[in-house]
Amino acid sequence: MYDSKRLKELIVEVMIKISGVASIFIVAMIFLFLLKEGIFLFKTYKPLDFLFGKSWYPISEPAEFGILPLILGSILVTLGAAVISVPLGIAAAIYIAEIAPPRLKEILKSGVELLAAIPSVVLGFIGMVTVVPWIKSTFHVSTGLTALAGSVILAFMAMPTIVSIAEDALHSVPKIYKEGAYALGATHWQTIYRVVLPAASSGIMAAVMLGIGRVVGETMAVMMVTGNSPSMPRGILYPVRTLTATVAAEMGETVQGSDHYFSLFAIGIVLFLITFAINMTADLFLHRKR
Amino acid sequence: MRNPFSPKVSQKAAFLLLFFATLLVIVPVGMVIVVILKNGAKAVTWEFLSQMPSAGMRAGGILPAIVGTFYLVVGAVLFALPLGLCAAIYLSEYSKENLMNRIVRLAIINLAGVPSVVFGLFGLGLFVGFFKFGASILAGSLTLGVMILPVIITSSREALGSVPKSFREVSLSLGATKLQTICYAVLPHALPGVLTGTILGVGRAAGETAPILFTVAAFYLPRLPRDIFDQAMALPYHLYVLSTQVPNVDPKVRYGTALVLLSIVLIMNLIAIMIRSYFRARKKW
Amino acid sequence: MVASGEKIRVQNLTVSFGGAASLKNVCLDIQSCEILSIIGPANSGKTTFLKTINRLIDSENGVKVSGSVLLDGKDIYKEYDPVFLRRKVGIIFAMPLPLPMTIFENVVYGLRRQGIKDKSTLMQSAEKALKAAYLWDEAKDRLHELAMKLSGGQQQRLCIARTLALEPDVVLFDEPCSGLDPISTAKVEEAMLKLKEKYTIVLVTNNTKQAARVGQRTAFFLMGDLIEVDSTSKMFTAPSDKRTEDYISGKFG
Repeated sequence: MYDSKRLKELIVEVMIKISGVASIFIVAMIFLFLLKEGIFLFKTYKPLDFLFGKSWYPISEPAEFGILPLILGSILVTLGAAVISVPLGIAAAIYIAEIAPPRLKEILKSGVELLAAIPSVVLGFIGMVTVVPWIKSTFHVSTGLTALAGSVILAFMAMPTIVSIAEDALHSVPKIYKEGAYALGATHWQTIYRVVLPAASSGIMAAVMLGIGRVVGETMAVMMVTGNSPSMPRGILYPVRTLTATVAAEMGETVQGSDHYFSLFAIGIVLFLITFAINMTADLFLHRKR
Repeated sequence: MRNPFSPKVSQKAAFLLLFFATLLVIVPVGMVIVVILKNGAKAVTWEFLSQMPSAGMRAGGILPAIVGTFYLVVGAVLFALPLGLCAAIYLSEYSKENLMNRIVRLAIINLAGVPSVVFGLFGLGLFVGFFKFGASILAGSLTLGVMILPVIITSSREALGSVPKSFREVSLSLGATKLQTICYAVLPHALPGVLTGTILGVGRAAGETAPILFTVAAFYLPRLPRDIFDQAMALPYHLYVLSTQVPNVDPKVRYGTALVLLSIVLIMNLIAIMIRSYFRARKKW
Repeated sequence: MVASGEKIRVQNLTVSFGGAASLKNVCLDIQSCEILSIIGPANSGKTTFLKTINRLIDSENGVKVSGSVLLDGKDIYKEYDPVFLRRKVGIIFAMPLPLPMTIFENVVYGLRRQGIKDKSTLMQSAEKALKAAYLWDEAKDRLHELAMKLSGGQQQRLCIARTLALEPDVVLFDEPCSGLDPISTAKVEEAMLKLKEKYTIVLVTNNTKQAARVGQRTAFFLMGDLIEVDSTSKMFTAPSDKRTEDYISGKFG
């Protein structure tokens, strides 16, 4: 009963199955290609010096490839963004999930989606023309290109992720929990912070982690507003350089096959591992249901 | 600590705070649009959209950037849609609940979280270098395609999952093969979701800069691309360089570029949202 | 269509899902052109039994089938291609499940999948099938309307029609009238009785009275076991097993 029609179907099914596992293959390939180029740096440069070295001077003689200032830059900007976006994002998620009337809810959810859609280069541009001058005049610093500017802009990039995943988590708390609280005389707000929030806590944790993951991986917006000073960060009102911005800014100027070139791939490895760890942890939280 | 306020007052205060927090999240969207619109609208004339740039990119039009973005996005979708849809079909219709399934799902989540600049490095290493495509539309499209793959897989999978199980059973019971069941009883009803996901992917691909930095983008290329092995300009990259590396540009030109890019992306998203709600309302089952 | 003789023989059929057995060692034969009623309380394995006969059970997670089912003397697992099998053994589900297409497209769905494209052939088959399901008069002017617009009883008859369009040998009915009003039920039963002349029919029903009305033989399933099978008149007047008697007289189930 195997005619040509069945044979065609079999071939299509094989292609479908290959596509299915293609994503594993792609992720592995990304890591392998980063490794392939990045590992060459460590032929001439010690990994520990790379990770913890305080000087990033790739074009000096001898070149120094310490990425600690870049790591700290990323951490500083990310922390700042988290301080702004996590409370606001969770608050907005609570409002949208629990309090907003249905029509307003639809509008707000669409608004969040649109915020998520704004390209990072556009947000960076807006940051350059609004936030950066504002910081310069408000804090009386010589330039508004600071970690703070990065934090503010990145906060708005993290918020949609945090809001939508946290909102999903809040939404999926079984109605029974809430009804039980109401039956005991609790107000809506009491129910929210005593029953719903704790029940959704692992989902909210995941939302925060994924939001932070998004911030760590951001490139263009940070490049445009944080100044480009790859030295050890001195504070939130000083320019910094993140891991991502370094790769983007310097790749165009390297010679293929040079140590500088390899070092940027090595930074790529670090970035990949950081976001990999964040994503795996977030996924664990998402699946750790009661 | 005893709360000095009655529960009702606490609730009112809390809800008010939450409302303002939400406003703080949403209002900036409007502000961004308004600022760009206000300052850029004057620049976006028909000449701006249809002519080549002049005076070292400071004046004239942005046609090559628009065309370049168009080619890149089309290329990305041509790569990601078939692959992503087939992957979604596999996950929804063929795979069982086992370890392999879990690993695939984790891979997709990770792919979705990879920083855009790392995609750029990957594209540089694989397409530009290893496959020797050079900095080209081909390399750029493939890199963008890999980047939007998770978006398409996830939304397609959701769309397929929302088709009632009974359709599949009925189709099989009428003597259709599994593939026929997918093509005739499931896929037609999942198409709106697949379409929505694709449009969202288009919006994403159009706005990304880092993946195309090393794989295709040229800044000063005052001609249209010749073929897929050629370099091209692209809107997001154009905006970036115009804002950070070219001095003495009339701000109007910058805002105008931002406006064109933002419009394309937001319109794509609005279309996707509208398609989604239209089909949700019209569901025939 | 074979006029007489054994159509289906089930031998030592055991079906389990992830360790728990839904059917245990069932042995049963079904004669050509008879109506076999299957009765029993919920979770007795009646639906599992039906779905095994046309191998629809294959797509369930973690299913294990042992024993054999012979259709016309050939093992459905070893000697039949499942697609071909399902054209020979049709099934009607408990809820009317029209596909979201027109009435016509529903009826000819199976035929199209076989590659039949000719409009007049399709139309002829559709008319024949709709007449056999007692739906032609009500549907003939509405063939290109959405099937969802039909009433519940009409939809169920549409499901019968689209199965009949494939000209099967066996038609399985899984509690087909459970969602229908008495008039629609009567119409479906009338169709079943007429179908018996050409088709072998297996009817699963929770309604013992319906089983008595329609079936020539009746089988009683309980918790995965086939307790007894006999001519309907004997089953309902003097069953051999005490459990059968208790179920029929309403002591449980």
